Amino acid sequence: MQWRNVTVFLAGKCLRMATLLTALCLLSFFLLRLSPIDPVQAYVGADMLQVGPEQRARIAEYWGLDKPPVEQFLHWASAVVRGDFGTSMIFRRPVLSVIGERFGASLFLMGAAWLLSGLVGFTLGVIAGMRRDTWVDRMIKWYCCTLASTPTFWLGLLVLTVFAVWLGWFPVGMGVPAGLLAHEVTLGDRLHHLVLPVLTLSVLGVANVALHTREKLIDVLASDYVLFARARGEAGMTLFWRHGFRNVVLPALTLQFASFSELFGGAVLAEQVFSYPGLGQTIVEAGLRGDVPLLLGVVLFSALFVFSGNLIADLLYRIVDPRIREGAGV
Amino acid sequence: MPVLEVNDLSVAFAQYESGLRRKELTVISGLNVSVGSGEILAVVGSSGSGKSLLAHAILGILPGNARLAGTIRYRGETLTPARQAELRGAELALVPQAVTFLDPLMRVGRQVRLAARGSDPTAAQRAVFARYNLPPAVEKLYPFELSGGMARRVLVSTAVVSGAQVVIADEPTPGLDEAALRETLGFFREMADAGRAVMLITHDIEAALRVADRIAVFYAGTTIEVARAEDFADTGESLRHPYSQALWRALPRNGFIPLAGFQPANCNLVAGCSFQPRCPRAATECAKAEPPPRVLRGGMVRCHYAS
Ligand code: SF4
Repeated sequence: MQWRNVTVFLAGKCLRMATLLTALCLLSFFLLRLSPIDPVQAYVGADMLQVGPEQRARIAEYWGLDKPPVEQFLHWASAVVRGDFGTSMIFRRPVLSVIGERFGASLFLMGAAWLLSGLVGFTLGVIAGMRRDTWVDRMIKWYCCTLASTPTFWLGLLVLTVFAVWLGWFPVGMGVPAGLLAHEVTLGDRLHHLVLPVLTLSVLGVANVALHTREKLIDVLASDYVLFARARGEAGMTLFWRHGFRNVVLPALTLQFASFSELFGGAVLAEQVFSYPGLGQTIVEAGLRGDVPLLLGVVLFSALFVFSGNLIADLLYRIVDPRIREGAGV
Repeated sequence: MPVLEVNDLSVAFAQYESGLRRKELTVISGLNVSVGSGEILAVVGSSGSGKSLLAHAILGILPGNARLAGTIRYRGETLTPARQAELRGAELALVPQAVTFLDPLMRVGRQVRLAARGSDPTAAQRAVFARYNLPPAVEKLYPFELSGGMARRVLVSTAVVSGAQVVIADEPTPGLDEAALRETLGFFREMADAGRAVMLITHDIEAALRVADRIAVFYAGTTIEVARAEDFADTGESLRHPYSQALWRALPRNGFIPLAGFQPANCNLVAGCSFQPRCPRAATECAKAEPPPRVLRGGMVRCHYAS
């Protein structure tokens, strides 16, 4: 294996990542400056009437809001480089600890949805491709095309209405039962709260992988090498495992990793609908209440998350596909 | 008795034109060929004339929208689709033309072993690689890493390890240089000499003549003549059909005399004899009725006026 090439490739990617993040920080920072939300007001909230002008000025000074924007940005950026993301205004805790906690919850949600949608989507795609133009294929295609045009929040509300409100099988929202102390919450409770958001996210995530896998499998089945395999007497599932599977699983995996952005986007909406205390909900809160350090932190973090997905997808091809791994180079 | 016998074979494809009007496109019609053990039969026809479909029809791997008529017999037994499925890869083997017929993500050694039907696939694969001068390291390579020569030998190996008694090679000598051509043709001669029946489907009549025992000339979806290789000699007067003669005379060494016109793209476009628009000997009879196949001087011909 050509590790040197992989190293060069990784270095290039990291450079790209650094430039991307810098640009993203600049953009978000100044977009926030332009937003009509007054951070001080957002911070103080309903108590605004009781806060006098001097107090406001003091708050602004405390957060560094009285400095010119460029200075504020540089101040923030240099702190970030040192690993200090500042303090969240809403939570009054270091941004990193907020993100860490919220991301943990989101990771649970997104990971479960990612696995489930990947497995189910791939299986459906394979069945549709193998049984092309039969009623099974048409059903799967219809299901996927319908889902592909369904908004996450709408499906979330639907799922919530049916399973939580009408049937009462699952809690209406939140990550843990209300009114319990942290140490009283069991893993079962957490999973119980996770079911509906995961369901919503994965039901939607299935469509992409399934349709993509179906297309790929149909291409593979029409290829010269499958024709030759059939000429050698291979058929059915043997043929699929020998020649179909390995030729469609890699594109499916790649697609699944490259779709981290959709996954994250879906999670933001699903977490809103289910009031699930994850990173998605945090970003909405931070945005609405002008919590600049937290918002920037989450933006950076989510960019890093999506970028890693793409990076893994690229690396997978380089490590798994022999044509690239043992070929002329990266 | 021939090992493989194809009688009155027709292959048609269902096509849907604008709306739901169903149309049948016939690509092979009334085709007869047979090949015996120890023999090489070359099926020669111009590129893109549907010769590959003959191979796919014999193996039973035509696409789903193809309709097949006529009979295919293996050792006297008429093949049904179920029987074809049993014999594929065991008694009937295909040698495809290019490396694209190998799975790009599987090492070639494993692909050859998967084709082997004996008790020890690995030993069979190593033995055949050794015989074809493929270094042991080749079995660990992926198809994209093979040179053209290696790829050809690997493809031939798949047929050899299967132990199949009928080997159908589809265009196995595309644009090869002299040395490679000689080597590849030698592989097939060797197989025939070992008692196999070999059908060589090709557009290259010169290559076919160097190795084949008999030549079936394919034109507009059917075999218009089956001749012994020796019949292709001198000015071609031993040949029975005007098209075979034209094909022979168009070769560089025979004066490069070209034949005007084009081969019809599929069957039944021309009434009567499908060669009639280009035939120097055509007469009124030719446009009326399609000439039936008949035996002539130890060969077969489809021409009203052949003698
Ligand atoms: S049947 Fe007539 S047109 Fe056809 S090849 Fe013979 S002479 Fe020519």
